[in-house]
Amino acid sequence: MTSEARTLLDKIWQTHVIDDHGDGTSLLWVDRHLVNEGTSIQAFDELRKRGLPLARPAMHVAVADHVVPTINRDQPVVAGRAKEMIDGIERNVEDFGMPYIPFRSSDQGICHVIAPELGLVLPGMIAVCGDSHTSTLGALGAIAFGIGTTEMAHVMATGTLVAAKPKMMAIEVTGHLSRGVTAKDMVLAIIGAIGTAGATGHAIEFRGKAVTALDIEARLTLCNMAIEAGARSGIIAPDDTCFTYLKGRRFAPVGLHWDEAEIYWRSLVSDPDARFDRIIQIDAAAIAPHVTWGTSPQHVLPVTGAVPSPSDAATPQEAAEIARALAYQGLESGMPISAIKVDQIFIGSCTNSRLSDLRHAAHMIGGQRLADGVRGFISPGSTRIKQQAEAEGIDKLFIDAGFEWRSSACSMCCGGDAPAAGTRVAATSNRNFEHRQGRDVRTHLVSPAMAVACGIAGHFVDIREWGTGRG
Amino acid sequence: MAEPFTTLTAIAAPLPIDNVDTDMIWPATAGAKMARGEQARQAFRRLRFTPEGEEKPDFILNREPWRNAQILIGGDNFGCGSSRELAVWALQEWGIRCIIAPRFGDIFYGNCCINGILPIRLEQEHVNCLMELAGSPDTAVMTVNLPDCLVTCGSVQFHFTVEPRARHGLLHGLDAIGMTLDATDRIEAFSAHYLTSYPWLQPKRMDFA
Repeated sequence: MTSEARTLLDKIWQTHVIDDHGDGTSLLWVDRHLVNEGTSIQAFDELRKRGLPLARPAMHVAVADHVVPTINRDQPVVAGRAKEMIDGIERNVEDFGMPYIPFRSSDQGICHVIAPELGLVLPGMIAVCGDSHTSTLGALGAIAFGIGTTEMAHVMATGTLVAAKPKMMAIEVTGHLSRGVTAKDMVLAIIGAIGTAGATGHAIEFRGKAVTALDIEARLTLCNMAIEAGARSGIIAPDDTCFTYLKGRRFAPVGLHWDEAEIYWRSLVSDPDARFDRIIQIDAAAIAPHVTWGTSPQHVLPVTGAVPSPSDAATPQEAAEIARALAYQGLESGMPISAIKVDQIFIGSCTNSRLSDLRHAAHMIGGQRLADGVRGFISPGSTRIKQQAEAEGIDKLFIDAGFEWRSSACSMCCGGDAPAAGTRVAATSNRNFEHRQGRDVRTHLVSPAMAVACGIAGHFVDIREWGTGRG
Repeated sequence: MAEPFTTLTAIAAPLPIDNVDTDMIWPATAGAKMARGEQARQAFRRLRFTPEGEEKPDFILNREPWRNAQILIGGDNFGCGSSRELAVWALQEWGIRCIIAPRFGDIFYGNCCINGILPIRLEQEHVNCLMELAGSPDTAVMTVNLPDCLVTCGSVQFHFTVEPRARHGLLHGLDAIGMTLDATDRIEAFSAHYLTSYPWLQPKRMDFA
């Protein structure tokens, strides 16, 4: 009897099943658990209440990223909610003997940025974290997904998790991306096509020539926003690009262990006749630079488009949704996307804050400055990325153009460093929800290159033409 | 462990907004409390209260009879966004026991089930029907019967399905950690085999400076 054709996710899933409960769920071995200061508090409390220790201390890595300040990092954190949360996680990791990256360590950063950087997540792993953007880490050929706090307590107490295997969606991106079009535009175009609930109940395997052509940092951006398409995880088959990226990272295997691992990792591909519940095909060449206009990542259009009208909607629900989004965003139907003027630029977050993002963004500056009245704000994804960028002189390029160069944290992605009500922000982050960046703050999601071009021009521009007549 | 769920007869409130995200349900405001038991006021805070903390009288959940609602009828993709379980705790502490919507965010859905809130997926058309009934005080009371998987409002009745484990957990309460700890021998046997098969995954010293 021949064995059934399996997807990449099937293969990894099967190696982790401790017990099949027979009700659609399984008890799964978890390889890696990342912990932040925001969602972990009650999980530690649950273990305390039950008098339980960590089942496997070395599987966890804790780091403060959500509320840490982006300025004055050499000074004591000022009293308040952020200090309470940082003190809280430091007390908890101490009490439970959990590995912890100190707040002022050069290893510190946004957990989904530092996990690849340090080789903490490897192909074939199951990695979880109390944060929905854990999907990012699937770019390394791992099953990686966000969990709730009750599930975190389960992982901490047992080293395992109970979960149902998701359905599988393949998103195949063929062809080549145009100049100035990035992985961010690719994932925004995908979300625009399938909607924010398009992949609910599924994991997404991203595949096709345009995906394998991406470097690891761009793949991390792509998988990061799988959750914005409704998928709890996104995954890309590990390949030479992935192995080259991982080799030599601090927690990557070495010597014979590396050789053994690489042989195994090369088997982690979907079989040619593996069955997917849904297959979506996208042509990379047709993807333009994208900009969100509304309050959901699915409210997205090419920069050449115009703000929609409730009368364009197919259903009454959709009409109501467009009307609500336009009211919040303060936009008129029919207005060209490129005519939208912004007040602030944010480059950062687990989506787009890696060294290649900063290089790409800096390259757009070309000696120009932010437009009058536009504020620019950069929070690199990790302290190490910040140091590397400074060694390359990238910080100077940004500072000379009028940007503020800050320390690493989630920052403006989730309400930190919030600007005044009404501020319109072009952000490289992942969520444009109402009030996400602060009360009444209006968010437009874009790539790092678009963010810089927009800051200089004062409005969104078709960056495929950037530098041909200017800059 | 959450309070077991069997049959609930309660007021249902219509919330006809698609893509209600977890930031909307539990906004990370500067003054937000993080502890369990202090979350009720945070539920839909920006929809319920002005920045000064005054109730917004027009918001459905501040009006009679819906301010006592225990059932929410929501739009598509309810609870999308972040993994924050605070969103579910806030709804639970505020008294919500059941949410009916066409689709839910996956993480939010799971968080509901383990906290005694029954999430019910119904077709958009059926949700629209319940939304309309919930909008009128005369027909806003509904009965949700989990053993039979039925939602009833007057002469209208819909059948729903819930995953077996989630249903069992909601009906009887489930101590997932306790159950898994009972399988410690199985986990240890698995561990020995797994770490032999994938030796590069053996625990390492995790030192960070």
